[in-house]
Amino acid sequence: MTERVPVLRIGDVLLVSIQVDLEDQTVLNLQEDLAEQIVSRAARGVVIDITAVEIVDSFVGRMLATIASISRLLDAETVVVGMRPAVAITLVELGLSLGGVRTALDLEKGLALLRRAAADTDRR
Amino acid sequence: MNVPWAAGQVPRTQGIAQNDDVVRARQQVRGHAQQCKLSLVDQTKFITAASELARNTLVYGGGGEMRSGLVERDGRRGVAAVFEDSGPGIPDIELALTDGWTSGGGLGLGLSGARRLVDEFFLDTEAGRGTTVSIVKWSR
Repeated sequence: MTERVPVLRIGDVLLVSIQVDLEDQTVLNLQEDLAEQIVSRAARGVVIDITAVEIVDSFVGRMLATIASISRLLDAETVVVGMRPAVAITLVELGLSLGGVRTALDLEKGLALLRRAAADTDRR
Repeated sequence: MNVPWAAGQVPRTQGIAQNDDVVRARQQVRGHAQQCKLSLVDQTKFITAASELARNTLVYGGGGEMRSGLVERDGRRGVAAVFEDSGPGIPDIELALTDGWTSGGGLGLGLSGARRLVDEFFLDTEAGRGTTVSIVKWSR
């Protein structure tokens, strides 16, 4: 039985905090869980907190980019928060710059970014 | 690998046969990287490279094993990991080391990316005979 990462909801934002060393299957489950919950809970934003994550390899990096793309199709914005400096250095050297993924330094800044994005959309 | 294991250190073996073995391989390598007193950035790079190679062993090599431990050369200490499988091997090494090239469903960053993250990288493979990849990161 593969573990599942809990998905929390604050207002119209889904929050995922990754606290364990992720197995590939857990990563794939998370992708599906998030897609389903964005729709069922009518979420406008997703925050993925990787403060506790020591290693982001190409598989996890691709998962972050894929979740960002899926949520965009479902009318939600994704922000990855809390990336460690060593992880950022390693990802770039690995060749993954995660171009399409929005990031913020911490949860508070991530939520603020989503609020601004929502306000911009509402004005249009 | 042409780098000797450190005297008195027996490398540890981790089988790679299923998904959670990739996690175990990462954890074993993390222990050795810390024991070697690599800087935090170097630890992260080495563990990430090991994670890519462990997944390759599983996905492309059909499973195999990893040996990891401390190495020593000319008074320098380092950490090494050797990934071995008896899968189909790599027919065109140069192509396999090209960014973005993949024979499977990946991003094609595993081998080429892992090579950039370490100090020494050895690839020994032949079509039909399996693949052995060894990586070393030296303590600074």
